[in-house]
Amino acid sequence: MNMNMVTHRDDLASKTGMWLFLFTELLLFGGLFIVYSVYRYRNPIAFHQAAHELSVVIGTANTIILLISSTTIAMSITALQTKNKKLCLLLMGVTILLGLAFLVNKYFEWGAHFREHIYPGSSVLALRGHGDVLFYGLYFFMTGLHALHIIVGLVFILVIAVSIFKDRINSENYVLLENSGLYWHLVDLIWIFLFPLFYLIT
Amino acid sequence: MKTDENEKHHIIPYRTFLYVLAILILLTLTSVTLTQISLGAFTVAAALIIAGIKSTFVLAIFMHLKFENKMFSRAVCGVILLLAAVITITLLDYLNR
Repeated sequence: MNMNMVTHRDDLASKTGMWLFLFTELLLFGGLFIVYSVYRYRNPIAFHQAAHELSVVIGTANTIILLISSTTIAMSITALQTKNKKLCLLLMGVTILLGLAFLVNKYFEWGAHFREHIYPGSSVLALRGHGDVLFYGLYFFMTGLHALHIIVGLVFILVIAVSIFKDRINSENYVLLENSGLYWHLVDLIWIFLFPLFYLIT
Repeated sequence: MKTDENEKHHIIPYRTFLYVLAILILLTLTSVTLTQISLGAFTVAAALIIAGIKSTFVLAIFMHLKFENKMFSRAVCGVILLLAAVITITLLDYLNR
């Protein structure tokens, strides 16, 4: 690189941009939480019974998987800051594996519902009444949108891991790793609210 | 070339993250246990309060808000207040129809 050339960088602005994006995500899910609250208020019995059919065990397992993955991605930043590239990549790899484990659980969970003919637009579900249709509509939409965020987060972390492997991101310049971590934590935050609302409050 | 502004970073020790993880898992299990025993109307409140405490830990430690420029935590508080206001107003409307 030319010695006279100054690389312009503004980590604060980069992080500010990421946070602004996260705010739009919070408002997106916030809107869905309002829809959930109102529908629940209008259909208390159907929501109560439908929530009983979700597996608390799988839900709890997925919650703990996401919490651990959030911890590993947070630790990967400390690893890179202390110039431990190997540990950083290892922790990011663990995060990706845990994210995939979450999706596998989700696949089995959704698969079980589908076998019972419970999915949006199903005639069997329609027979159970309006409240059930609303509950499962919201359940599939909100957990589906969340799963989509998991996939995006995994790709984001993978891209950053490749950059770290190639030393394009290093202990001097790691705001992108922090931003991918912020995104992953947001996905965790949303699940922290989705889990009690769909699985626990019955 | 890096500037001083870009260099100011707080390094959080690994054990802090592990402590927070332990607290988060404990809170999750508490929330599951509490909601399994029927507490009536209190169940919803308890589950949401625990979710709120968990979020605070994630925001403050995992998302570094405690160690960052205060601007970020103020902005996050602003967004949470905005959401709370919209939820309250919408529910007030529905509850009083």
